[in-house]
Order: sequence, then C-alpha cells, then structure tokens
Amino acid sequence: MPDHTFPAKFEFLDEIREQVANVARTNGFSEKAIYSLQLAADEAASNIIEHAYEGISDGTLFMSCTMNGDSIVITMRDHGTPFNPAEVREPNLKADLSERQIGGLGVYLMRKLMDTVTYKTSNSGNVLTMTKKRE
Amino acid sequence: MEITTQEFKHCDLISVKGRVDSATAPQFSKALETANDNGRFKLALELSELEYMSSAGFRALLAAQRNCKRYNRGEVVLVRVPDRIREALELAGFTELFKTFDDSVTAVGSF
Repeated sequence: MPDHTFPAKFEFLDEIREQVANVARTNGFSEKAIYSLQLAADEAASNIIEHAYEGISDGTLFMSCTMNGDSIVITMRDHGTPFNPAEVREPNLKADLSERQIGGLGVYLMRKLMDTVTYKTSNSGNVLTMTKKRE
Repeated sequence: MEITTQEFKHCDLISVKGRVDSATAPQFSKALETANDNGRFKLALELSELEYMSSAGFRALLAAQRNCKRYNRGEVVLVRVPDRIREALELAGFTELFKTFDDSVTAVGSF
C-alpha cells in the first residue's frame, strides 16, 4: 500500500484510524488487536500534530501501513520538530489522583500496545515505525 | 461524538456516544466543565455507546475527576464501559481512579 498523505490536523485522525483498521482487518487481525493498532496510530499521529507541528497549521503527515510477514508495520513521517518518543518519561501509573500526570501517556500506550516502536530523524524528516505481530 | 446530559436530583447522568479523540476531546471536556459551572460535581458517565477513546479523552476524564473531587463535593463515576475502552483505561492505570458500574440506575443511586 502506498503512502497516504494527511494534513496534520486532528480532524484527520478518523481517517488515519480507518486506514489502519482496513489493512489490519484484511490481514486477519482480531477486533481487539485492531482497536489496539488504531489507538497506537492515533496516539502517534496526535503527538506529531501536537508536538512536531506545534504552531504550524499546514504540516503534512505521511503514513504507510503494510504487512511484513505476520507483522503489521505502521510508518509515519513528518517534517516537523523532532519528537522522539524514547525521550518521553514513563508516567507514574501508581500516583494518586492529585499527582497523576497525563503527559507521556500517549507514548506509553504506543509502547504497550505495539511490539516495537522506533524513531529516526534526519534532514529529510522524522520517521516513526511501529510493528505488531498477528497473534 | 454526541453528549446528552440528564439531570437527576443528586447527580447528572452524562451519556457519551461515538469517538473521543484529540479532535473531539475539547467538546467532551467542555460538557464536563459546563456541568461543573452549573454546580454539578456528581457525574455518572454512561459510556455503553462510546466506540473509541484515546489518551486525549483520558486527559479530560482526569481533569474532571480532579475538579469534581475537590473539597469532597463530588465524583466522576463510569457506567457500562465497553471492553476495549476498559482495557485501554486499565493499561493507563486509570481504572483505580474511577468507580465503575454495570448499570446507570445503580450508578445514579450511588450518589
């Protein structure tokens, strides 16, 4: 499947999740796994829109969603400010209500829901790749 | 996303349908804030027709729970949480921050 290009706006998250679900469903992922893949893709795209393209209204997000053997591979590319999920601190999930931090939760969910999350940045942009094996 | 609020004597029953993501979470937050602005801090959120919720929705839930529980004036409880959403809330460590109920009558009666 070729790259899909989306304006980096929250309004397109529905379509991003739909694309991921289509590929996953066609390739025999369970409905539970499809929900997880949609959530991970949404969190990744939301971070790009919110952080990489902070203050930029005409950014573009490229997504490809393919199979590599039994694994689905979701790749997102952007040309915004590098935002490396690996540098986001893990939230304290045991903290009580008053001390609970919401920052970092999206990245935490991506890591938990996917098998691998990798991030590369270069002059040609930022590339986030996430994979998950079909059970 | 569609939000319907039903006022009871002791609490508000707020039904949330559809999808809560970064695009719709501001509208979700606003509905909860409006209840607070009206002096309503005991909120039961009926989620049986909620199809999807990302961390943007979780963030709104957390803010609402903090605001409602302040001064012991109330609480946000969750009713009929769909399995997928419950699993994501568990993963985020959120289930211990919210009481959950299997039916709205019991939830409303709990206040």
